[in-house]
Amino acid sequence: MARILKKRSLTPITSLFVVESPLIARNAQPGQFVMVRINERGERIPVTFTDYDVGEGTVTVVVQEVGKTTRMFSSLDEGDEILDFVGPLGCPAPLLEQGHVVLLGGGFGAAAILTLARELHSGGVEVSSIVGARSKDLLILDDEVGAVSDHLYVCTDDGSSGFHGFVTTQLKQLIDQGNRFDEAFTIGPVAMMRALAETTRPYGLKTQVSMDPIMVDGTGMCGACRITVDDELRFACVDGPFFDAHKVNFAEAIVRSKMYAEEEQLSLSLDKAGG
Amino acid sequence: MGVPIRDFIKLIAEGKPLEAVRRIKEVNSLPAVCGRVCPQEHQCELHCVVNGKREPVSIGALERFAADYELAHDSVALISGNTAPISNGATPSRNGSKPSHDLRDSKADGQKVAVVGTGPASLTVAGDLARLGYQVTLFEALHASGGVLMYGIPEFRLPKTIVAAEIDKLKLQGVELRNNIVIGKTITIDQLMNEMGYGAVFVGSGAGSPKFMGIPGENFKGVYSANEFLTRVNLMRANRFPEYDTPMKMGGRMAVIGAGDTAMDVVRTAIRVGAREASVVYRRSDKEMTARIEDYRDAEEEGAVFEWQTNPVRILGNEDGFVYAMECVRMELGEPDESGRRRPTPIPDSLFIMELDMVVMALGTNANPTVGQSTPGLTTNVAGHIVVDPETGATTRRGVFAGGEVTTGSATVILAAGAGKRAAAAIDEYLRIESRSTTVSAVQ
Ligand SMILES: Cc1cc2nc3c(=O)[nH]c(=O)nc-3n(C[C@H](O)[C@H](O)[C@H](O)COP(=O)(O)OP(=O)(O)OC[C@H]3O[C@@H](n4cnc5c(N)ncnc54)[C@H](O)[C@@H]3O)c2cc1C
Ligand code: FES
Repeated sequence: MARILKKRSLTPITSLFVVESPLIARNAQPGQFVMVRINERGERIPVTFTDYDVGEGTVTVVVQEVGKTTRMFSSLDEGDEILDFVGPLGCPAPLLEQGHVVLLGGGFGAAAILTLARELHSGGVEVSSIVGARSKDLLILDDEVGAVSDHLYVCTDDGSSGFHGFVTTQLKQLIDQGNRFDEAFTIGPVAMMRALAETTRPYGLKTQVSMDPIMVDGTGMCGACRITVDDELRFACVDGPFFDAHKVNFAEAIVRSKMYAEEEQLSLSLDKAGG
Repeated sequence: MGVPIRDFIKLIAEGKPLEAVRRIKEVNSLPAVCGRVCPQEHQCELHCVVNGKREPVSIGALERFAADYELAHDSVALISGNTAPISNGATPSRNGSKPSHDLRDSKADGQKVAVVGTGPASLTVAGDLARLGYQVTLFEALHASGGVLMYGIPEFRLPKTIVAAEIDKLKLQGVELRNNIVIGKTITIDQLMNEMGYGAVFVGSGAGSPKFMGIPGENFKGVYSANEFLTRVNLMRANRFPEYDTPMKMGGRMAVIGAGDTAMDVVRTAIRVGAREASVVYRRSDKEMTARIEDYRDAEEEGAVFEWQTNPVRILGNEDGFVYAMECVRMELGEPDESGRRRPTPIPDSLFIMELDMVVMALGTNANPTVGQSTPGLTTNVAGHIVVDPETGATTRRGVFAGGEVTTGSATVILAAGAGKRAAAAIDEYLRIESRSTTVSAVQ
């Protein structure tokens, strides 16, 4: 059981939760995740954490409502308990110790790059962060990310704030303008990660993506999270979640992520009908 | 296994099932479990003294009877542990609601031991050490306890109330249970020993990492590992979707690859959750299969079709990425290989197609890598198994012991429980020597 200490609504579909979890906070490192189960009948889902605080003994997660479980999570309030909250899981992001790193975040990932930015920034690495959303009112934590970045670029699909276009288009423009990056990291929807892989490939810019396949246990026991990297079978929950974007078989990953599309739709509609 | 079978049967025949159980528990702490899942026909019944003359004695059934009798009738056993001396066969007195101190050692009192995992190896270690007076904490990565007994072996073969009863017994003995903690991640072994005051650690984290064949098409939707399939059903109740949230594709034609206990559990579970057709595909013959005969017969009776001497070569998927068929080749058996079983080789021109909606790989498992990777000084072998002294379970790291499948790869409940038994004794000995030497150095 883990108690929610603080809840903050970031957008109509995104909330931030500060969760009491001293053990996880103590060993947490940037880029890792927790497995969450909300109640006895619930599914186990992975959530990349957005922040952690060893002193306070807390872990922060940002949840965007997409299916039944994230909807149930979002309906929790301060003081409520999360039934299972397990972590920190996966390997930490393999961050550089010097140079210039560009971080890209879309959707909930715009918040999740915060720990990467802070770690790099405090270690003296130059950080450029590119965060995106469909429109201005859906941008999340851009101030917080900006505070631990040397350069912050905001993008919106509709042009209501910052650069008018995708985060990948913004990156291409920056590279073409002569900005030099040693590595790119991204957390976000799989389609965005694939687009980033294709954006950086021609430039030979090393790119790491945080893969987010369907998981069951999150501890390496079931193989549900398997992906193909460089023609080899890997389990994202223990071997990842970060992998070399130019070696990931995204076509397969995208197909596999839709394995239960029908069932997810059914769950969600039953949940909505039930209130 | 060194189980005192002759004494055991004699005690049952004399109408003393409680004593019989105690006798068994001196060497096997989990008789109610073993009576249901151990392959007695390969183990004790094969060596049964009446074998050849008559049908061997059904030792498994007797073990199960005696152990169930104890669970139903003997509340004292739950509390006082199980090797408490009993006087002249009478039911032990019921006033002993506190742990029996006869076997406790005051030196052990208060010393803390951490046990990683809650499979049969870990449950055995916890029970034995708690009985000796150690303060034991079980750390389990999942939300449910019992290891494979919980998430792998299905309810119809091993009722979860039996597993829960074993765990309740440990709680009554004062064992602390902490779920949702992944040792090596949430807490490292260094932290357990250096910061949290655990004098010794037992690692029983199992061989949880499923193997795949490496054939084309294995990542199509509808291909599962046995662990994933069984976990979805047993642990997450996917068979009751959408009442429970975890989904599963069910109801079509399925095949399981392999012919061990796991494969039988998969095929029988698939039939129960509504598979239209269920097959077992195995590259050798029924003579080489490792499943218990009883489960094989049950599977056959329940409608499973057996494709012996058949090996998949690729899995085919439709444009949406779902499995629709599997191409297989027939095999012939040659000379025995390193495992002593006849080596299968493909028969030329024997390729054929099986139409399927689901394929489950039950090919065995590799060691779970988390503890090995996160613990400096702990040596693992090329297969990833933790290297131990088989007599004691001692690892290359002082104060850290291991046993069960994390040291051997896929094996059996009784072997894991046996390893736990030996490790518990070795941990006790280690901690006695440790506490003596620390006292000495404190005096000096
Ligand atoms: C489907 C199936 C059917 C089987 N049927 C039979 C049978 O009929 N008869 C038989 O004798 N054997 C059978 N076996 C094999 C038997 O179950 C195993 O040999 C036995 O369970 C191994 O015990 P163990 O104690 O080593 O570990 P496990 O039972 O594997 O338990 C390990 C536990 O450790 C936990 N864990 C792992 N890593 C960590 C960590 N880092 N921190 C905390 N916890 C962790 C896991 O979640 C798990 O709960 C079967 C196996 C399967 C999969
Ligand atoms: S989620 Fe089960 S192995 Fe990764």
